[in-house]
Amino acid sequence: MTLYQRQFAIREMDFTHAGEASVQVKNILKNIGADPDVIRRVAITAYEAEMNAVMYGLNGLMTLELHEDHILIIVEDQGPGIPDVDQAMVEGYSTATSQMREMGFGAGMGLPNIRRNSTEFRVISEPGRGTRLEIVIQAAWRKQQ
Amino acid sequence: MTDFTVKLENEALMFLRDVAAILDAEVLSGDNHLDNTAVAKITASDLMSSVLAFAEPGALLITGLVNVQVINTAEVAGLSGVIFVQGVRPHESVIKKAEAASLPTLLTSHSMYRTCGLLFGKGVPGA
Repeated sequence: MTLYQRQFAIREMDFTHAGEASVQVKNILKNIGADPDVIRRVAITAYEAEMNAVMYGLNGLMTLELHEDHILIIVEDQGPGIPDVDQAMVEGYSTATSQMREMGFGAGMGLPNIRRNSTEFRVISEPGRGTRLEIVIQAAWRKQQ
Repeated sequence: MTDFTVKLENEALMFLRDVAAILDAEVLSGDNHLDNTAVAKITASDLMSSVLAFAEPGALLITGLVNVQVINTAEVAGLSGVIFVQGVRPHESVIKKAEAASLPTLLTSHSMYRTCGLLFGKGVPGA
């Protein structure tokens, strides 16, 4: 059963507002008293996914879902898709432009960071068919009273 | 000579106010947090994904980048503050964002290398 759901639009190449959805997600979890370690994992995975959608996607959408024993983050877009998902998961591999690198991105750690901080991580993507990242963080996220 | 550390039993504690003094830094945001934010670990990087991957929560970040994503990275990674180096001042909108996030930020004219050296020399471990 979904306890809570909220969606956030992600605009491609909008580096002024990029990251704001993830910060909102973090603040929502903080306001409802979620476990700090879970908040951190959710915030990092959401942010990495959001930045990918800003840099490489089109018409991006982030969905936050709170369930009793897990938190689900879905970030999807209608961009060009990932030609080789296995390669994209390799640490250090990046297709970032020089503009993105100047902003501090393109270390090739985005998808590996998401995998590292999540319980389950699915990448559904094909060239020409957009990209969908499904991030599950399985945890007793409600702080013990 | 000014003692920049507070000794608590056998541990030396350094606070952000001390760091600002060591670096002769200008406080850009979060001035009211400087006296109660202890500095346990420091990380230095211009790669935000590296910071997200490797920096520990509560670490202080030293960076040469001045864009708004530095603030977002610090927020989502749970960092205690940011030191901008080389005297490069972030845009006012970035400082405002840091203030809104209650994130202390400092600006030093020292290079990244010297900033790291000055703080490492005071015994603060890396994150």
